[in-house]
Parts: sequence; structure tokens; C-alpha cells
Amino acid sequence: MGWAIALHGGAGDIPHSLPPDRRLPREAGLRHCLDVGIAALKAHKHPLDVVELLVRELENYPHFNAGKGSVLTSSGTVEMEASIMNGKSKKCGAVSSLSTVVNAVSLARLVMEKTPHIYLGFHGAEAFAREQGVETADPSYFITPENIERLKQAQDANRVQIDYTQPVQKEAKDAAATIPNGDSQIGTVGCVAVDSEGNLASATSTGGLVNKMAGRIGDSPIIGAGTYANHLCAVSATGKGEAMIRGTVARDVAAVMEFKGLSLKEAAAYVIDQVPPSNAGLVAVSSTGEIATVFNTTGMFRACASEDGYSEVAIWDSPLK
Amino acid sequence: MGGWAIAVHGGAGVDPILPNERQEEAKRLLTRCLDIGISALRSNLSAIDVVELVVRELETDPLFNSGRGSALTEKGTVEMEASIMDGPKRRCGAVSGLTTVKNPISLARLVMDKTPHSYLGFAGAEEFARKQGVELVDNEYFITEDNVGMLKLAKEANSILFDYRIPTLTTCGGGAAMENQLQMNGLPISLYAPETVGCVVVDKQGHCAAATSTGGLMNKMTGRIGDSPLIGSGTYACDLVAVSCTGEGEAIIRSTLAREVAAVMEYKGLNLHEAVDYVIKTRLDEGKAGLIAVSKNGEVACGFNTTGMFRGCATEDGFLEVGVW
Repeated sequence: MGWAIALHGGAGDIPHSLPPDRRLPREAGLRHCLDVGIAALKAHKHPLDVVELLVRELENYPHFNAGKGSVLTSSGTVEMEASIMNGKSKKCGAVSSLSTVVNAVSLARLVMEKTPHIYLGFHGAEAFAREQGVETADPSYFITPENIERLKQAQDANRVQIDYTQPVQKEAKDAAATIPNGDSQIGTVGCVAVDSEGNLASATSTGGLVNKMAGRIGDSPIIGAGTYANHLCAVSATGKGEAMIRGTVARDVAAVMEFKGLSLKEAAAYVIDQVPPSNAGLVAVSSTGEIATVFNTTGMFRACASEDGYSEVAIWDSPLK
Repeated sequence: MGGWAIAVHGGAGVDPILPNERQEEAKRLLTRCLDIGISALRSNLSAIDVVELVVRELETDPLFNSGRGSALTEKGTVEMEASIMDGPKRRCGAVSGLTTVKNPISLARLVMDKTPHSYLGFAGAEEFARKQGVELVDNEYFITEDNVGMLKLAKEANSILFDYRIPTLTTCGGGAAMENQLQMNGLPISLYAPETVGCVVVDKQGHCAAATSTGGLMNKMTGRIGDSPLIGSGTYACDLVAVSCTGEGEAIIRSTLAREVAAVMEYKGLNLHEAVDYVIKTRLDEGKAGLIAVSKNGEVACGFNTTGMFRGCATEDGFLEVGVW
């Protein structure tokens, strides 16, 4: 028993050759967030507060695909989405198509707590943000040079990609001239946490897919796809949204634990296995303090820790393999 | 077993004192939609084509809350959403925040068939609709006098309720509408517009498909998204089963209701009727909702814990039923 926490900065085709100037800031970001989360849990903060806090940190970090540093739509704009869920009550909140809200996850929490609804999108969500007085910024605040470059590469290759997809081989020499090794930026972010009383919570936030159609909604704001928490476990997923939606990935981890009696780790592995390769990853914690981090992509930026002193920051080597 | 089966719904949560005339009108529409679906199935159309066809009919008719006849937002406008899912390969498409698209379910289908995505919303969805050349109309087309009146009453009701989940204790001056203590989604049942329409089908090949469409909750905040466009909540289809849900959006989302039916069949080995029963009885907590479902074996089932659900179902062996309670 005891508390446990896991967070991710996205799963994808993260090359082993990722150069230090791409890898180190992200590892540092994960480590920093992990420390913040550990301190919060030690101070007996509720997991719902912890996941919101951590996802806010990840959103503010420009190296991850959420908040500042979000990937760009086909029109070169940013559209952010997020969701949050409280395991015990199963109350949840979600937002989509935000363009000025600095912390989408906090707006999702306000939807959950301050409206009779669960999910707000687009103008309605932006208007609600203003009513609530949350921090907003000019849309340009969220855009980074790396993402402008990433969009260009995707448009040149005429494809939509998850954040870490590598450029196609024939463009390798061009890519070398632009962004070294062409890593397509960082993925969706998310956090799950459990305290020693078994309170569980999950939150996920993202800018979505590089070069997505304006208005495209992925799995991150969809309860049961990118985010889920109940009395058994809390799950935050990442990868190709469309695959997570049809696979109801976050929900299925809990369902498989409940209906097939699998442990958290077994359930997480089972569910990721059902998704086509190179499409998904997730982090999860159970009510008894277990942790699972699983992915069928090359890598997943992640960090986790539990009360018994275990802690890890990693990118590759899925425990599955 | 085997053979085709079809079910349609026009929403769960019906005012117990709904006038007979309205009940008859609803049953006539459900019967007409069933007939359309049955003819299509007899002509060997696939499940995915049949559910789209039937839901288009429901959207076009102003009686239920989808397409024309949709519930109104707090601003008096219409914002529609829908989703569709094809059991084989679990392909899916969804749309939200539509204001000019005459048939949202068809746009959802186009998202599924013509884009690399699963879900488009608002301006992006409308832009896609324009590019696809689907039929577009002014927002006024969707607004009915009935609903303008309902919105007014809903606003009055909300100004009396402190918290949308706590029923009023007194009804002074509120008229007959307030005397009924039954509530759904924070509104007295007489003002509550059942939220959605839906259709589930299994065709002769044993392929299942589901579709759901709605205008959403009366007096909702603009931009509010409910369960209907959310795969796993309002709509779900896989190799085993197809499900379409209706009722309190929050309850349906929290319980991922449509997926739940399939999950207990898949992981617990329950049959269709057992699964529907189990899910309605144990997964909704205090929430109120209903659903229709068909299995690959040609079975059909409906379940609801509300006072009534407008529905109709039919199977190839001649079973046919249309009901409200």
C-alpha cells in the first residue's frame, strides 16, 4: 500500500539516437515534475490535486506537447484539449479546442466542479475560461519554433503524425539539415496518482497530432479513451488518438482488472497488446499502490515513484519487452 | 439464432403524464423508422448503411431531439452532435458543435470514411462539411416553436433550483410543471427533452453497427458536449455487439455505458440480455439512462432505469415491438 505516482510526456517513435539537447531537458522536466508530485503526496495532498498540479507543470514546459509547446494544426494554430477524472466519485471534466487557455487541465477541472456538464469545447470553453478568470495568453504564446518546423516536415511529407514519428527515410538528409534526427516533438502529457487511502485520479493534456485538421479531437479529452479512473485504478494514455478511441484503452485497463481478475500490470499489458504496434502507451496506478508503464512504441517519456522508495525516469525499454 | 435485427430509440426519460397524442406521434415515427430499416436490411444493405439511413430519418423529423427539433442552447441556438461506429474493425466517426449541417450523422460517417481522424468539432467540422458538399441550412431551420417554449420554461425552472441536482421543495407559482418531483439532468421531467435518437443494427452477415445523434441538453451552455458523440459512452460497436445510449449524459460518460455492455460480454461472457440488464442495474449509480443493443447473433435488447424510453425493435424472425414505457 502507500502512495504511488506515474507521469508521462508522450509515447512514440523516439529514436535511441535522440541527441542530448533533445533528451536532457525532457528528462529534467520529468524529474522535476516527479519531485513536485512526490512532495505533494508526502504532504497528503489529494491525488486529484496532485495530478492537476503535475499536468500544469508539464503544460508549462515547452518541450512537451501540451500547453506551451503544443504541436500545430494544419493551419499552423494550436488547439489544446484535456481531461481529468476522480476515481472514487468518477466525476470528470474535459475541454477541447482551446487556443488561449494557459492550463487546459485546470479548465477541465473547473468544468467538472463548477458546471453541471462534463465537457466543454471551442468558443463555449473559451468563454467559460474568461468567466472563471483563468490565466489566458495570446495564441502565439503556445507556439514554439520546433513545432513550426515539425509542421513543415509533416506537410512536406503530406502526413499527420504523432509527435515522435520520424521523418520518412528519403527525406533523411534534408531532415538532418533541419531538426537533428527529426524527432517530432514531445507527446501528450499525463499523470496518475494514488494515496495511501486508495484515492485515485488521472489527468491528460495535449496539443494533439502534428498537422491535424482544425477541430480534430483526439483521445485525451475523451473519458474512457485517454483518461479513466475508478475505485480500482487510474490510467492516462498517449499515442495515436484514433487507436485509443476505438480501443477505449483507458477504460479497458480497469475493465480487464475487474472482469478478468488481472493485476494492474497484466491488464495494462493486455490492453496495449490489443492496439496496433507503434500506436500507444499508458501509465497507470492501482488502489493498492502498484504502478504500470507500458507502451508498444519505441519509447515513452515517463517517470514514476512509490512510497516504498522506488523511483524511475525513463524513455525506452518497455517492461513488456 | 442469426439473421438481422434492428432497434431504434428516441430518448430515455419520458414525462409520465405525456399526453396520449404525443405518445402516438412518437410511436408512429418509431414504426416508420423501423420499417425503413427493415426494408434496407431485406435489400441487403450493410449494418453501417442502415444505421445511418435510419438516424437521418430521425434527424429530419422534428419530433425527437436531433437535427431539426433539437433542444436549444442557453442562447436559443442549436448545436448538434453525433457518432457512428462500425463493428468490424471498430471504425468510428463523431462530430460536435454543428450549427448548419442538416444531417449530423452523415457528417460523422464522412469523418470516419474520409479523414484520418475519428472526431471533428465546431468550426473545423463545419469547414469539413463545406468541403464535402453536404447539405447545409441556416441554424433557424433546426429550431421549432415547441423548443423555443421549452427553453423559456427551462430557464424559469433553473432560476428556482439552487443546485441542479437537488429537487425543489416548494412549487409556489411554478405551475403544474414544477409539481412533478421527477427530475432528469436537473430539469423537471416535464421540461426535460429526451436527449437523443439512435439506432443499432446487425445485418445478415452478423456485422453490427451503432449510431447516435442529438441536439443535447435543453438550456445547455454553448460548447457543451454530451455523451452522444463520445465513443464508448453514447455509442459503441465491435464484433459482438452494437449499443446506443440516451439519458443523463454525465451518468453515461462516467459509466462509459456503451462500452460497458460490450466489456461484460467480452470479459465476463454474459449474453446480450444479461449484459444489458447487469449494466443498467449496477453501473449507473444514481444516474438515469437507457440503451438499445443488438448482438452478432441477431438478438435485440433494450434496458432503461428511467420512466420510459421511446423505442422500437425488430428481428428477422418476425418479432416487432414499439413502446414508450
